[in-house]
Amino acid sequence: MKFSFGPILYFWPKAQVECFYEQVASSDVDCVYLGETVCSKRRELKFEDYFRIAQTLREAGKQVCLSSMTLLEAPSELRELRKYCDNGEFMVEANDVGAISFLHENKLPFVGGSALQIYNQHSLRKLVGMGMKRWVIPVELSRDWLAELLAEPLIESVRDCFETELFAFGHLPLAWSGRCFTARSENRAKDQCELCCIKYPEGRKVTSQDGTDVFVLNGIQTQSGTRYNLINQLKGMHGLVDMVRLSPQAHDTMSWLRRFKMNQDGLQPYPLARNESNGYWLKLAGLVQADESKQTKVEKYES
Amino acid sequence: MELLCPAGSMPALKAALENGADAVYVGFKGETNARHFAGLNLDAASLREAARLVHSYGKKIHVAINTFAHVKTWDHWRQAVDDAAAAGVDVLIVADIAVLAYAAERYPKMELHLSVQASATNAAAIDFYKQFGVKRVVLPRVLSMQQVRSLARTTDVELEVFAFGSLCIMAEGRCYLSSYMTGESPNTAGACSPAQYVRWDETADGGLESRLNGIMIDRFAADETAGYPTLCKGRFQVGDATYHALEEPTSLNTLDLLPELYREGIASLKIEGRQRSPAYVAQITRVWRQAIDRVMQDPEHFTVQRDWNAVLANLSEGSQTTLGAYHRKWK
Repeated sequence: MKFSFGPILYFWPKAQVECFYEQVASSDVDCVYLGETVCSKRRELKFEDYFRIAQTLREAGKQVCLSSMTLLEAPSELRELRKYCDNGEFMVEANDVGAISFLHENKLPFVGGSALQIYNQHSLRKLVGMGMKRWVIPVELSRDWLAELLAEPLIESVRDCFETELFAFGHLPLAWSGRCFTARSENRAKDQCELCCIKYPEGRKVTSQDGTDVFVLNGIQTQSGTRYNLINQLKGMHGLVDMVRLSPQAHDTMSWLRRFKMNQDGLQPYPLARNESNGYWLKLAGLVQADESKQTKVEKYES
Repeated sequence: MELLCPAGSMPALKAALENGADAVYVGFKGETNARHFAGLNLDAASLREAARLVHSYGKKIHVAINTFAHVKTWDHWRQAVDDAAAAGVDVLIVADIAVLAYAAERYPKMELHLSVQASATNAAAIDFYKQFGVKRVVLPRVLSMQQVRSLARTTDVELEVFAFGSLCIMAEGRCYLSSYMTGESPNTAGACSPAQYVRWDETADGGLESRLNGIMIDRFAADETAGYPTLCKGRFQVGDATYHALEEPTSLNTLDLLPELYREGIASLKIEGRQRSPAYVAQITRVWRQAIDRVMQDPEHFTVQRDWNAVLANLSEGSQTTLGAYHRKWK
């Protein structure tokens, strides 16, 4: 089982980003995704900066991919996307089929991001045929759904042509809008946002009127209010998930990588905090935190 | 410029035809379309009847098969395509690559429209779907008018936009908020904020609280009108403020943009609302028929009539309408 760091979803100052990737270089993560995937107005780092960091990380022995924007609306965003796709050195994570168009034109392999709409064997097979080497499964899919899909004859025959990756730690990216909700939360119009999301390195919390964490606002992206944490589900991923993705957090990301690696076989479980969830993977509503202690006991009993 | 109206039932379909729709769109019962609600939609036999009726008016019928096929029940989506083709419909509205590929290969003469659920917001994404022979793309409700204009001027594929109805503020087909809260999303179950998860509680002071799968979406004072708890339209707390953090309960209304949409050659205006009553469909269709006829006669001097807006406001969520993302300030 390999581990990856997804792209930083929040808007961090350049120094913080660089500091984060210095730590990544000396960590034992296998793969790193770099780039801005949420809002094209966030320009603390430019393409050239990401490219330079990518080279440094590659020298440190990491596999590096460049992640592309998810919601592409303006022609200028397509021009930037073109730059990513034509980078010539690193594989690109396509988070919109527009990126696949560009990459396929040049017969380049790609990673299919979790916001692509692949729910069945036929669409998966089609994209593998177009050069998808790794598939990050949609966040709302469960272990059962993935297992069923991978067991389909149409997929079994190409299973060695692609890897699977799962978003397993962090606030889940759940929606993208034309509207900027962080700007709205500060009573600003999107055009005059003044990049206020840089003040919220972990996004802005949204709670219900009776105090439940519901969402996290991250610019035009809406994330889960709970932190998704599948640390205790890793054992059941063997054979299904080739790469486990941790989404960079403002704090403790490297410690979480160590904890995940230590519990790959379920030997060092880590109790989930109150505000963490595992529902999607267990075929429940995403925000649910199912009791894992019972599950662990059953597994121990069986073994 | 086509007026495309929703029909969740045969009476709604008749209402649309009698009041001037150029085309209607319907879906099958079951999970193959994004309005999978109890008591709504047509079966294969009633679709044949619907197609005959629509064609007797000289109009077109589109069938939405626009959810994403599941692994074990893929046959349901294939069957839906077969049934629609057998019924002699004019257009399939499809989102899933798998369904597009099947329809394009099995029925090469069938006209395919890319559903809004496919979330194609840019020229490169539209190019991706050309491999399936897609003739028209339904644009997500996240684009500004400026972005719609720029797309219209760069692509050779027909564009359809949402003109009126419930406002989905997220890029459709990539929104998992509903499954996050309930386990069921438009992509996996064909419905957002499904009714079986809704609970209403009366409060001590005569108000109401709405919940979705136990999560409080909104709290209404006794004198407020309580709206359906669509999860992105609730009042939540951010920092010290309690407000509609994502969007107000309001409907999209693009009457003001009609001349511009016409000038840019937008092929079709879609009215949302297959879940609405025949009376609703009749009233909306009548207003939009008049407005489109007026703009096509004389786009330079088009003005929105006050009585049109009055009818539309009455039929809107919270009696409010908005230009949504088409208008930059909304963003």
